[in-house]
Amino acid sequence: MANAAIAPSRALKEQEKKLKRHLIKRDFRQNWPVYLMLVPVIAYFIIFHYLPMGGLAIAFEDFSFRQGFWGSPFVGFKHFENFFSSIYFGRLLSNTLILSAYGFLISFPLPIVLALLLNEVRQPRFKKTVQTISYLPYFISVVVVVGILQDFTKSNGLLTQLVVALGGEGGNLLGKPEYFRALFIGSNVWAHIGYSSIIYISALSGIDQELYEAARIDGAGRWKQTLHVTLPGLAPTIIILFIMRLGEVMTLDYEKILLMYGPGTYSTADIIQTYVYRVGLVNGDYSYASAVGLFNSVINFIVIFVANKISSKVSETSLW
Amino acid sequence: MGNRRTAGEKVFGVFNTIFLILLSLVFILPVWHVLMASISDPDILQANSGLALVPWGKATLGGYKFVLSNPNIIHSYVNTFIYVAGATVFSMVITILAAYGLSRKDLYFRKPILFLLTFTMIFSGGLIPTYMIVKGVGLIDTMWAMIIPGTVSVYNIIVMRTSFSTIPDGLIEAAKIDGAGHIRILLQVVLPVSKAVLAVIVMFYVIRNWNAWFNASIYLQKRRDLFPLQLSLREIILQTSNNSLVVESSDPGAIDRFRPLVKYTTIMISIIPMLIVYPFVQKYFVSGVMIGSIKG
Repeated sequence: MANAAIAPSRALKEQEKKLKRHLIKRDFRQNWPVYLMLVPVIAYFIIFHYLPMGGLAIAFEDFSFRQGFWGSPFVGFKHFENFFSSIYFGRLLSNTLILSAYGFLISFPLPIVLALLLNEVRQPRFKKTVQTISYLPYFISVVVVVGILQDFTKSNGLLTQLVVALGGEGGNLLGKPEYFRALFIGSNVWAHIGYSSIIYISALSGIDQELYEAARIDGAGRWKQTLHVTLPGLAPTIIILFIMRLGEVMTLDYEKILLMYGPGTYSTADIIQTYVYRVGLVNGDYSYASAVGLFNSVINFIVIFVANKISSKVSETSLW
Repeated sequence: MGNRRTAGEKVFGVFNTIFLILLSLVFILPVWHVLMASISDPDILQANSGLALVPWGKATLGGYKFVLSNPNIIHSYVNTFIYVAGATVFSMVITILAAYGLSRKDLYFRKPILFLLTFTMIFSGGLIPTYMIVKGVGLIDTMWAMIIPGTVSVYNIIVMRTSFSTIPDGLIEAAKIDGAGHIRILLQVVLPVSKAVLAVIVMFYVIRNWNAWFNASIYLQKRRDLFPLQLSLREIILQTSNNSLVVESSDPGAIDRFRPLVKYTTIMISIIPMLIVYPFVQKYFVSGVMIGSIKG
């Protein structure tokens, strides 16, 4: 490469091209069976992931099945403009961002806390048992989780009684918009905390025990050790997972919301993706729904891109 | 660790233990509640809806008999088994082939192909265009809709690839010298030494497919006979429609009486297979997450 930088002569370029062609040819001659093995996965992703990306073009059309993908009239940004000026836009965006923010503030740190608490347990048996029990919800489907949640939040359900005991109003909690976010995040934490804590527990067991030894010799107690040895040891894992989490800002678990919400709770529960589902698959307005979905995907893409850039600058930890 | 602990550390230890015991109860209780409710007396159950620590009334398996004699539930149970088996085999074949290919370091187009896959993790066409493609290729209202679209996971491919690429080159080179082709290397060298990661990935796929409901709800709208268990469950639990139990039964009075009980027993029969495998496969969780977290 250094040569090319000094004098990118035509002959040299020609030679490079030749070499490249030669390499590719040799690669195919040697590795054609491997490429053949990769055909299914490539075909699969092209059909079920890249064709839909191309299909996003209908967001700029007035799509109808009668006229088809190529025949439907092009309308530019009409659907986007309609969405931005619709009365739902503000509510959907804020519901999405608020629910995400809660997820960040609550669901993200709690597995770390659980891992730290488990790390302080001195009986390995007890630690293992608690950890195993914490995986249990991972095996339970979201339909069942919501079913149980519904059971506990009926007017005389367990959680409702708890809320009443704490001075709340009672009634059917799932039907009340003011409880939706707490119930959504709470049941998410219940379902995922055990599984999410695994990675931190593994990272904790990878911290050099000599560091603790050294800290103890310096007179640090457990708390100081946690602050100065454990947390720094966990930092890279936390940062990576934090960025990955950022990339999910706009991809909340809308399938679960679809099971939990109802017209009565739309004011807090309706997010962009559930709206896409209703407008697109229930009402059949494909073009408009695709435009709204595209808006969601683009925001998501920008967030993860920027988060990764910042992280690679600040901490030299990045996803790619 | 240190032998002498300060008083504060001891107090913390006690509280920590108590807290973790309570937390374990929080994980177990909801499932226990459903189990106890599912063997309760239907009449007493209907009148109560607090936490069931023991069965309401006299314990009975009546609910299970009722549910297991319902042809619709049995049907969706069978469907779920077919979908889980089909989707797991289908996605495992693609995942193994992809992971092997992408673990070959000498592959000229390895990076671009890897990018093709990982890019779909950060950008997607979204719900509507995906639905239209699935419709376009003719999978709507067929069993294949539960086996092919949305089942292969990039994350699982990357986990398996990372594991494959830790196999010593010497092992593969030796097989090559013996004249083995790539298929034979994969089948006779790579797979036999990768049992752990294969188990992990099969576990991820099985759990995911067993619990999936959303794709079925959009791809199988017109084919109730193809519904997987989770979708029947949704109708029974969330009563989104006049569910199939009501329509099929000859005695509507019995249905109303049994409705709450049926809900719990159906939940139980849907999670019992998972509860049976859970103690055996949970140990793979740690290794699965660990392999996945190595950046490769």
